[in-house]
Amino acid sequence: MRWARVSLIWAALIAAIGVPAALAAASPQLEWRDAIYIAAGFAGIVALGLLLVQPLLIAGYLPGLSAYRARRVHHWIGGALVAALIVHVAGLWITSPPDMIDALLFRSPTPFSPFGVIAFWAVAAVAVLALFRRRLGLRTWRVVHMSLAAVIVAGSVVHAVLIEGTMETISKAALCALVVAAAFKVMTDLWMRRKRTLS
Amino acid sequence: MIDVALNRRSLLAAAGPVLAVGAFGLVMPARAQGLAPTQSMSGGANNYQKGAPVVNRIGKGGFWMTGTVRRAGDGAPLAGQRIQIWAHTVEGREEDQRSHGATLTDKNGAFRLEMPQIIPIFGQPHGHLAYDSGEFKTVFLRPVMRSAKDTGLEAHFILQPA
Repeated sequence: MRWARVSLIWAALIAAIGVPAALAAASPQLEWRDAIYIAAGFAGIVALGLLLVQPLLIAGYLPGLSAYRARRVHHWIGGALVAALIVHVAGLWITSPPDMIDALLFRSPTPFSPFGVIAFWAVAAVAVLALFRRRLGLRTWRVVHMSLAAVIVAGSVVHAVLIEGTMETISKAALCALVVAAAFKVMTDLWMRRKRTLS
Repeated sequence: MIDVALNRRSLLAAAGPVLAVGAFGLVMPARAQGLAPTQSMSGGANNYQKGAPVVNRIGKGGFWMTGTVRRAGDGAPLAGQRIQIWAHTVEGREEDQRSHGATLTDKNGAFRLEMPQIIPIFGQPHGHLAYDSGEFKTVFLRPVMRSAKDTGLEAHFILQPA
């Protein structure tokens, strides 16, 4: 019974990320894009998928991993997220430098751009701060990381929803909703737990 | 008659007054006095290449870029004006030479140029148009398509002397 539950949870997670990615891979738009632009787009999709995994890991919702193990994996996936975003930005830069410069300077005419750029810098900030996690102290780290995580989730989801690209609309919306729901649940749970321990 | 911008951000803010101005311009020419010049749109000049040749058609065609060119102030149609057009299409990227071409306005100040189907790039399907011939001030437009399936896009220029 336990085995069935464990595989069900993992299967659901793989489907939540895999289905939108597979539908994007089947997009007719790909025919008109070159390899670098396709890689950049998929790096963005991968990053969105990893955003769903991160809160589930740290809250211990993914079965089969000890708390210690889950935390380690959360760190590694954080690194993978940074790598995916570097590919995303670099690939888009190569595809159209003026469009990417516009986006990074917040003067792009498209509303989705600034949300993505803000989320990108928030991820960069978390990555840098994570290196000084011990020196910051657990409490400061937690407040800063949770605030930045909220910015990352909100920014990324708005960014993704507004884009007309290779992702199929319904599966993209579903993945975005799951990302928001997971982040919200984990953050409120943590908040409640902290409030309880303080009182 | 929709004037220039179909950018999602500006659409709500701009569409009302712009539509009103456009309709007035058609119905009551006298009201066209003081017609304001079109402003360049941000990102309009992205991947611009100076001096794209006048062509009968860009690539194999199938998509129509249309619009008008008028003079600021009195709104008089401007004939023989050169409009450069480029976009990311089924045949090439925005910066490719073959994705660029120019056309001239007719005696009514209208232009139309057949080009390959525009496809979404950088988040939205959009075209680029430039007036860059010197007699009037340079204007770069970046109109956004309502749907990636649209097979035509309109953009209008109101130019002021350089």
